[in-house]
Amino acid sequence: MSDFVPHTNDDISSMLEYLSIDSITQLFDSIPPELRNIQPPYHRQGISEPDLIRLFHDISAKNNSVGSNRPICFAGGGAYDHVIPAVTRSLSTQSGFVTSYTPYQPEVSQGVLQALFEFQSLVARLAGLPVANASLYDGASACAEAVRMALAVTGRHVAWVSDGLNPHWRQVLATYTSGAELDMTRVPIEGGSTSWTHVLPDIEGVEGARPGSKPHLNQQIEELPGAIVVAYPNYLGNLENMDSLRAIADATGAVLIVAFDPIAAAVLRSAGEWGADVAVAEGQCLGIPLSFGGPYLGLFACKQEYLRRIPGRVVGETVDAEGRIAYTMTLRTREQDIRRERATSNICTNQALLAITAAIHLSWLGTYGLREVAIGCARGARYLRELLGKVDGVNFLNEGAYFREFAITTPLPAREVIDRMIDRGFLAGIPLDPDLADGTDHALLVSVTEKRTVEEIQAFVSTLQQVIA
Amino acid sequence: MDTVEKDLATDNGTDNRVVAAGKGSSAPLIGSSSEPTIFELSRSGRRAWSLPATGIPEYQLTDLLPVEHLRESPLPLVELSERDIVAHFTRLAHRQYSVDLGAYPLGSCTMKYNPKVADEVSSLVALVSLHPAAPEGISQGWLQLLVELEEALCEITGMHAATLQPSAGAAGELCGLLLMRAWHAAHQEDKVRRIIIIPDSAHGTNPASVNMAGFEVATVASGKDGLVDEAALSSLLNENLAGMMLTNPNTLGLFESNIVKISQAVHEAGGLMYYDGANMNAIMGMATPADMGFDIVHMNMHKTFATPHGGGGPGAGPVAVTEKLAPFLPGPRPVRYKEDISTKDNKDEESERFRWEMPPRSIGRLHGWYGNALILARAYAYIRMNGGEGLQKVAQMAVLNANWLRKRVSSIFQIPYSSSVMHEFVISIANLHKQYGIHAMDVAKRLIDKGFHPPTVAFPLIVEEALMIEPTETESPETLEALAQALEDIVDELATVGPELLKQAPHHTPVRRVDEARAARNPLLSWDMVQAHRNTHESQP
Repeated sequence: MSDFVPHTNDDISSMLEYLSIDSITQLFDSIPPELRNIQPPYHRQGISEPDLIRLFHDISAKNNSVGSNRPICFAGGGAYDHVIPAVTRSLSTQSGFVTSYTPYQPEVSQGVLQALFEFQSLVARLAGLPVANASLYDGASACAEAVRMALAVTGRHVAWVSDGLNPHWRQVLATYTSGAELDMTRVPIEGGSTSWTHVLPDIEGVEGARPGSKPHLNQQIEELPGAIVVAYPNYLGNLENMDSLRAIADATGAVLIVAFDPIAAAVLRSAGEWGADVAVAEGQCLGIPLSFGGPYLGLFACKQEYLRRIPGRVVGETVDAEGRIAYTMTLRTREQDIRRERATSNICTNQALLAITAAIHLSWLGTYGLREVAIGCARGARYLRELLGKVDGVNFLNEGAYFREFAITTPLPAREVIDRMIDRGFLAGIPLDPDLADGTDHALLVSVTEKRTVEEIQAFVSTLQQVIA
Repeated sequence: MDTVEKDLATDNGTDNRVVAAGKGSSAPLIGSSSEPTIFELSRSGRRAWSLPATGIPEYQLTDLLPVEHLRESPLPLVELSERDIVAHFTRLAHRQYSVDLGAYPLGSCTMKYNPKVADEVSSLVALVSLHPAAPEGISQGWLQLLVELEEALCEITGMHAATLQPSAGAAGELCGLLLMRAWHAAHQEDKVRRIIIIPDSAHGTNPASVNMAGFEVATVASGKDGLVDEAALSSLLNENLAGMMLTNPNTLGLFESNIVKISQAVHEAGGLMYYDGANMNAIMGMATPADMGFDIVHMNMHKTFATPHGGGGPGAGPVAVTEKLAPFLPGPRPVRYKEDISTKDNKDEESERFRWEMPPRSIGRLHGWYGNALILARAYAYIRMNGGEGLQKVAQMAVLNANWLRKRVSSIFQIPYSSSVMHEFVISIANLHKQYGIHAMDVAKRLIDKGFHPPTVAFPLIVEEALMIEPTETESPETLEALAQALEDIVDELATVGPELLKQAPHHTPVRRVDEARAARNPLLSWDMVQAHRNTHESQP
């Protein structure tokens, strides 16, 4: 057994003597006899460190596919296989960051606090909005918190949610808000773009507002939305028509929430530029490995006017008693430990270490490295699409503009394509729900990052060609 | 010499870098002036990044994306050399107290040692590099690990099934409350049952989660003994009751000895019992939440199961339930099944495999994928290394340490509750406040100068000028003695040097006491806000 308790038998004896008791179990006398269940709580015996390592090697070996070492990743859907340099790994695993607690005592926590301040600063720039928090659990919960905040701010119960939002996020949103009687209206996608006329039939009336004048609704809406949620790029990889969104939000009085892609933000106009009130994102693409889905990183940014309504921790600059620049958690009265049931959210522990990792990674990429990653993804996706376009049986779900991923259909069900491709060393993509794919289960989402080489892409295409023949 | 300066000269002895027995001197926290931000270190043209040569045609951005979507100019971040990045973030890490450095006796946080091998094994490539959308066929390792962790957590708590999706304790609380809602909705009682009872000593996430889940809080008072006042409780037991949230031992470190009666009463009124597992470190191998009558149990992997805190996260908050609630758990959920691999020669051969399943009445997804998998892997490593006997020893040593320390400091401080404590205890400095005008926070700040992270300050709310101390089982007797001695010294200093020493503490840290009021009055949450603020205030004196 390996345990991490330093006490020797002599230590224990002298401590018991100090307490004037004979055995440790006497310390548990406040537990009524009928509740005492004094036995090892787990049937397995402890194992040594080397045996643990062997155990984990055995378990992790079962993650291999048949006949290949590790599948080459063409799957995306919010989780991407990006370059992670030694610097990001090395700096983010320093024990000062890893084993520190929440920075409630700022004088001994300037490391974490300043790193989180730098993270917030970077997120604000990525989002194009001034206020960013120190992280939420993941993109999905960040989106759910944004909707909660929007409904609290507007006092409304309806959210218009584009079907272009990651379906897992939509499901998390539904679960998170199931206690709050949220009325979620799903707005369908057509040709890769959200079809807002489903909720706003006279959209021209809204869009046609003269510049400088407030858009008018021009129609009866039974219950106005408090939140409008759109993803940019969306789950299908497409670039939404963002022009009308600000006008729609102004006309309805809703809060506009844009789910953005932190890599795409290097080259696309920012959420803030498009008029978003709140921007959320999944930050896994910023130096965090695929990790079988977690821990990931929720990014949350918004306009200045929502400052005191936002969820999560925020770090601010201040000075110390001798005038030095210092950092501290601030606006704490929003939070659960002070405001309790009136807190803006229940969140306490967040994803701080991943936020620090993202700050390190963005420092390593810098202005031009992030841009090169984005361009690399877009180029790879274009190249893949060109090759796939020549394969009989492969069709594209839509012809809309895309950034780093897109959906294809083949003569086989998507899950079968994926299984066959795994056997040949490729994780081919993510199967699309039929309700996002015109009713077919033959659609899969394929994604390319800056890691994919021309050889890998060519091999992927020729293998796919064989598999569907 | 000024009395404050004189005291500082003799404070740590002659060598500020001597660190004794788990006492992390704050001297190793380096620097006496501010560390510049990455924005101030940035220089145009500096670069660290390097990306693979892919051989892909170099399409122009304007050929790839419609121009109306493109930024007009590059998104400004920073431009730094790798060397400068490394120096900056290394210096930051060295301006940071951590468990590796010394003790963190924070009540209800269970800041125990984080085993390094857990970090190592959860970094294996085959675990770290797997995409969550990978088909079951190549995820068997992960699925097995998650199932075995779930089974271990159920065994430890006496529960039937669990979800690993919640990303932290608060997320676990929300999950538990949504399970309650689903249960009552299944009995057509969700519109009526709107109240959740929590004790006045509860952690702030409890009422916040109740609000998020769409319930209302009813607070039950604690009696003079620090336990739930049963008379006060019975007045809240009616047909509007959805459930009760309790931690046991409670936030005062006291075991709710009437818990079985409480559970029975709540169940009789039609409510469910939720166990806040923040204090599970006290009871493993000694008692189970199942026996206490709880229906829903959350656990904090980053407390009881030693996963690192990471400066405030990530953690993980799995939720375990009794059999009747299992169908409502979040999904998808990993499960074991037997696959028939019979052949002509080996009939009825079965192989154990794992797959994803959606519970039949699931409340839905709570996480974008399956939970904080790499954190869950660390918790599993911790459980396997300790084994059953190790986990029991953890609880016993945690309680032994707390009781020893409580007795050791009982001559120095007021201990508000006289009954025996478990793994944590509360002291009150109300008498020192009255005599010297100092607050619990001032004692905490001076303790930093002595080389310790302070205990939890001003919580629970029901104790005046509280300091809540949880040493955990991984601190040695020498560390406990050093901590006690440090607290004794601080009380002596009040008498011999005076309260100003504490009010101006800490004295030895990279920054002195920070102006929190200023931070909240004029929030500067980003470099751009700071720049804008400086520009508008440049001309001011």
